[in-house]
Amino acid sequence: MSGPRDAEPKPPVRWGTHLFLASFAVVTLFPVLWVVKMAFRPEQTFATGLNPLPTVFSLDNFRDLFAAPHFWQQMLNSVIVAAVTTAAGVFLACTAAYAFSRFRFPGRRAGLMAFLVTQMFPGTMMMIPLYHVLDQLGLLDHLAGLVLVYSTTAIPFCVFQLKGYFDTIPRDLEESALMDGASQFTIFWRIILPLSRPAIAVTALFSFMTAWNEYILAATFMSDEASYTLPVQLQQYVGDYTTEWGHFAAGALLVSAPVMALFFLLQRHLVGGLTAGGVKG
Amino acid sequence: MARVELEAVGKRYPNGFEAVHAFDIDIADGEFIVLVGPSGCGKSTTLRMVAGLETISSGALRIDGRRVNDLPPKARDVAMVFQSYALYPHMTVFENMAFGLRLQKLPVAEIEARVRSVAERLGIEGLLDRKPKEMSGGQRQRVAMGRAIVRRPRVFLFDEPLSNLDAKLRLQMRVEISRLHESLGATSLYVTHDQVEAMTLADRIVLMKDGFVQQIGAPLELYARPVNTFVATFVGSPSMNLLPGMVQGDRVVGAGFSLPLPAGVAATAGQAVLAGVRPEHLRRAEGAGALTGAVDVVEPMGNESFVHCVAGEHRVVARWPGFVAPARGEAVALEADPAHVHLFDAATQARL
Ligand SMILES: Nc1ncnc2c1ncn2[C@@H]1O[C@H](COP(=O)(O)OP(=O)(O)OP(=O)(O)O)[C@@H](O)[C@H]1O
Ligand SMILES: [Mg+2]
Repeated sequence: MSGPRDAEPKPPVRWGTHLFLASFAVVTLFPVLWVVKMAFRPEQTFATGLNPLPTVFSLDNFRDLFAAPHFWQQMLNSVIVAAVTTAAGVFLACTAAYAFSRFRFPGRRAGLMAFLVTQMFPGTMMMIPLYHVLDQLGLLDHLAGLVLVYSTTAIPFCVFQLKGYFDTIPRDLEESALMDGASQFTIFWRIILPLSRPAIAVTALFSFMTAWNEYILAATFMSDEASYTLPVQLQQYVGDYTTEWGHFAAGALLVSAPVMALFFLLQRHLVGGLTAGGVKG
Repeated sequence: MARVELEAVGKRYPNGFEAVHAFDIDIADGEFIVLVGPSGCGKSTTLRMVAGLETISSGALRIDGRRVNDLPPKARDVAMVFQSYALYPHMTVFENMAFGLRLQKLPVAEIEARVRSVAERLGIEGLLDRKPKEMSGGQRQRVAMGRAIVRRPRVFLFDEPLSNLDAKLRLQMRVEISRLHESLGATSLYVTHDQVEAMTLADRIVLMKDGFVQQIGAPLELYARPVNTFVATFVGSPSMNLLPGMVQGDRVVGAGFSLPLPAGVAATAGQAVLAGVRPEHLRRAEGAGALTGAVDVVEPMGNESFVHCVAGEHRVVARWPGFVAPARGEAVALEADPAHVHLFDAATQARL
């Protein structure tokens, strides 16, 4: 950003940029629109044709989903797993990240390293060991098992994310609070957490999405249909010989709705600059 | 209010670096102490040890006779104003100032009354609903002061509180701090880089260098009787002129100059010394004077000028009162009263 105001690019450049961006928007939106179209079409065939816009509005697919034997149970499963994972993830990640950011203790570097290393392996690689662990714990087919697995995958990333943010909060603020007579916990609760809303929002979103969207592990660990989460159930509509595209698309919309809602809800916290004005120098 | 004693207080950081060596001072109740010294000399470290933000490696710190080395900050009842202000960004001015009081669980009505009265005193009562980011630097500075004052601590600590303000505001706040200290009468420790702040605010100045206290004394004492060349050149602006020479009879003689010896100085004939004269104590000589130099640079300040002269191998600065100053290249003869000549040992740099 040089100068008080950037010069407007010349029209050909501007149009070129717009064209480029518009084509990307189309490429991104096209499949999404197709899913929307299929969801509202009262048939199970794959949508063909170039027009991605819905032509009919029927709620049949949704009605079928709601009426499916375990749908509401599965929805509840998904909600419980995602909510508990998010709560546990955010709470543990915040406290751990704060310790990593502010305290010096033996094993600090090793701990951070371990967190980083675990991020290098894809979750599916851990599938068999995890299966074994859950089996030993008797948590196969239990939601608690999923929560445990999701939390442990989400937390290292969240800790890193939050530690990076905590590191940017000036120490002066904490020392100032210390002088004001605040305890370590008060500082964490009343100063650090309120200032970290953007980072916590990202962390929460990430944890939620990790749990809400995950399919492979859930499909492996859950064998009873009543303990499925929604993504696992969704996969059931894609059979070996026939695929109920209408049900699948409607389900896909239902699954993505909460994520989008959460995004909009948290959006206003996702802005930075919260610490502006606190310290100067 | 409180008496603060530092007895051989030292700081060794975990990496082995000794930032403060055996700091000794007895601060009387209500006294205003200013810590000055070059960057990295240990001023902040000392202040932070008093605050309880830094552990004390050796020695004893006592507040009102009670040893507080191992007490956490909140148990010391000390308030600190940070250079960065360190206001809580997510709280309003009112909440910032009330934070400490709320932690003390004071009644709501009292908190309200105290915050308002301090805000009024500092002229920020109209800003109580603002967030820090909605204020100017000067306003934030006031809030930072207010947050300390409202707690009515036993000791105030300031770490370069004015260094982020522009010159005009700094002067204004300096006067205000002086007035506040006058009315609150609180024991204060104040760190600054600014000589004028040190001279005008301090009851006593502590001048530090490399973690060692060089001299403790009233501002004029440091000015009139600096214990070594470091103090001599640090206090006063422009700095004292130091000329290497040798004691000969009742004069100090060096290359191209001959200054009178001050009375009662303990120097032996032939001793190698540094003669010091402040620019404001050099005046134009009627005759040959103590030294003759060619004018190199003239800095006009309005009612006075600083004249930089080259005299042989030395450079000296002289203050020229009034509006007329010599021109560049002109030869000037300068002299000084013996009472204003300082003598330092050339080897130890200590005052003779
Ligand atoms: N945590 C630390 N670990 C090791 N050395 C430190 C630490 N903090 C400060 N120091 C060193 O201690 C010395 C004194 O630091 P201090 O901050 O007290 O200086 P200061 O006089 O306040 O300087 P300034 O005027 O620049 O603020 C410096 O040399 C600094 O590098
Ligand atoms: Mg400092």
